[in-house]
Amino acid sequence: MKKLSKVISVLSASAMVMSMLAGCSDASGDVTSTESGDATVTESGASTFKIGGIGPTTGAAAIYGSDVRDAIQIAVDEINEAGGINGYQIEYKFEDDEHNAEKSVNAYNTLKDWGMQMLVGCVTSAPTIAVSEKTYEDNMFMLTPSGTAVNCVQYDNAFRVCFSDPNQGSASAEYIAGNSSLKDSNIAIIYDSSTEYSAGIHDSFVSKASELGLNVVSDTAFTTDSATDFTVQLQTARDADADLIFLPIYYNEASLILTQANTMGYAPTFFGCDGMDGILEVENFDTSLAEGLMLLTPFSATATDDLTVSFVSKFEEMTGHVPNQFGADAYDAVYAIKAVCEAQNITPDMSVSDICEAMKTGMVEVELDNVLTSPTTLSWDASGEPNKDPRAVVITNGVYELCE
Amino acid sequence: MINFLTYLINGISLGSIYAIIALGYTMVYGIAKMLNFAHGDVIMIGGYLIYTFATTYGMHPLLSILIAIVGCTILGITTEKIAYKPLRNASSNLAVLITAIGVSYFLQNIALLIFGANTKSFSSVVSWKIQLLGGEVIIQGITIVTILTSLVILLLLELFIKFTKSGQAMLAVSEDKGAATLMGINVNRTISLTFAIGSGLAAIAGALLCSAYPTLTPYTGAMPGIKAFVAAVLGGIGSIPGAMIGGLLLGVVEILSKRYISTQLADAIVFGILIIILLVKPTGLLGKNIQEKV
Repeated sequence: MKKLSKVISVLSASAMVMSMLAGCSDASGDVTSTESGDATVTESGASTFKIGGIGPTTGAAAIYGSDVRDAIQIAVDEINEAGGINGYQIEYKFEDDEHNAEKSVNAYNTLKDWGMQMLVGCVTSAPTIAVSEKTYEDNMFMLTPSGTAVNCVQYDNAFRVCFSDPNQGSASAEYIAGNSSLKDSNIAIIYDSSTEYSAGIHDSFVSKASELGLNVVSDTAFTTDSATDFTVQLQTARDADADLIFLPIYYNEASLILTQANTMGYAPTFFGCDGMDGILEVENFDTSLAEGLMLLTPFSATATDDLTVSFVSKFEEMTGHVPNQFGADAYDAVYAIKAVCEAQNITPDMSVSDICEAMKTGMVEVELDNVLTSPTTLSWDASGEPNKDPRAVVITNGVYELCE
Repeated sequence: MINFLTYLINGISLGSIYAIIALGYTMVYGIAKMLNFAHGDVIMIGGYLIYTFATTYGMHPLLSILIAIVGCTILGITTEKIAYKPLRNASSNLAVLITAIGVSYFLQNIALLIFGANTKSFSSVVSWKIQLLGGEVIIQGITIVTILTSLVILLLLELFIKFTKSGQAMLAVSEDKGAATLMGINVNRTISLTFAIGSGLAAIAGALLCSAYPTLTPYTGAMPGIKAFVAAVLGGIGSIPGAMIGGLLLGVVEILSKRYISTQLADAIVFGILIIILLVKPTGLLGKNIQEKV
């Protein structure tokens, strides 16, 4: 009897562990409950804009959320110091969602109770999609700095600063096809099939690559839970004679891949997307391994234009590290809101819904020309997608260098 | 053939890491009869301690491993005293299991607070490698070091349990806590000692895990910890040589199924093995089938 109970306890333990893991890997689970009762927003004598932000500041994606939080703070402080938006100061509050859709909706409700009028968020895709359902119901304007999944901006009240996943995948394929030294390479792809981000880029890259006649010789995946050992994927690529490896993944896994390729004595060219941005900031990482790594990124912290230099120095002073592109996206998001509010004469005493309507009209009309995340201009479609140019950088001597 | 050999070596290299983690799991289970799900996270703390002393303060790697062993031992004893001991006589085994999962999350979040979410790149403590067949097959030095370390630990543990008074006390406690108490054995101290040894092993496992897979985040220990638990069950939880065999087997199965079946299904296969083992041979490969009277 005792033994049986022991077996049961082991079984239930493993079942529990597996369900825990399922919970970790799939943060896009159903969003249920969490109704915040009365959704009324108080506007009694509103003399300040209330802008809220949501993103992960703890948990595995914390690096993205905390950069967004701090970058918004910098932009808000700058704007307030310069006299605010249309003469009104901005009040700003940021809530943590731990990269979890359900917690993100809770955070949204908290901010709504606080009186938020516009949302800069969320930071990661799955929470952004969940919250966009709520903002659509409430007709609240939202501008996500970095929610790349297609569905993040499925509603007309949601816009984004970053490129969408398919956009990045096809842009990468186009870049490779248009580059004389890369276009004849044997391409291997290693991607994370358990994140929407990586799988989304992968799918569009593969279809665009076959359209352009690129030579993809190997296509292997991993999942977040098995993201420690990449020897099999690398060996498969090597056996297929790949000399260019496309890595539409985040930089922490990429740093492992680079290290493992190096110990194998395998040195192809690596090509990444915006998630690769940050690889040089991995503490104690041997940056010589990243030499020659190419990536498409909208933002480069080493660019020498005045805006980037001032943003990076303020950010470093505040946080002690160099901002990644998530922070830059968030900074641009706040300035986009400012520009639209000024163009549409939006004031804080308007209702949330009226602000949203005015923002929707304004977003498609505005064109920002001095921004961090585009070498040229930044404007929007009514679909919520940004119009901007990607830039390719290559890591040379431990810093980003713009490609042509 | 050379290809297969390469994959096999990679499998053994991953398996040796699972094995050394599984040793800690199995030891605590064998004696205290509890699954310490926080074991993987003690490994992560060990990794951070080594990183801090070796990289930030520039100490010799071996010295920082020693410091990490001491640190993890203290951590192990403290968590046992605070979180597990009060529940030792709780009516349900589940209480302490849930607490262990709680401790696991607690340690992850503490690490997140102290060390931050940024990934840290760990400098390997072993950097040499062996090239065979004209450089076509590479064996990492860390693999050899890990296997040797596991064997040495295995041997020392067996000797310790057989030939020392505390070791005999552990054996007695593992067989019957009540009777051991009646025979004058201090059960609480014996279990504390078990946790101390288990956590010290975790620090060594941390050094080896982070050297083989050199990134360090607050979640580094979680997944290898769970896989090592599967390895311990596979080998027969409570059996020290079983943990070793289970770990190696699991690593090889994982790599080979990644290569020949699917890179995405590898985890499903690994956990599928756990289910099959529990159904077919609940005691694991080397587990003892002790008749218990009801």
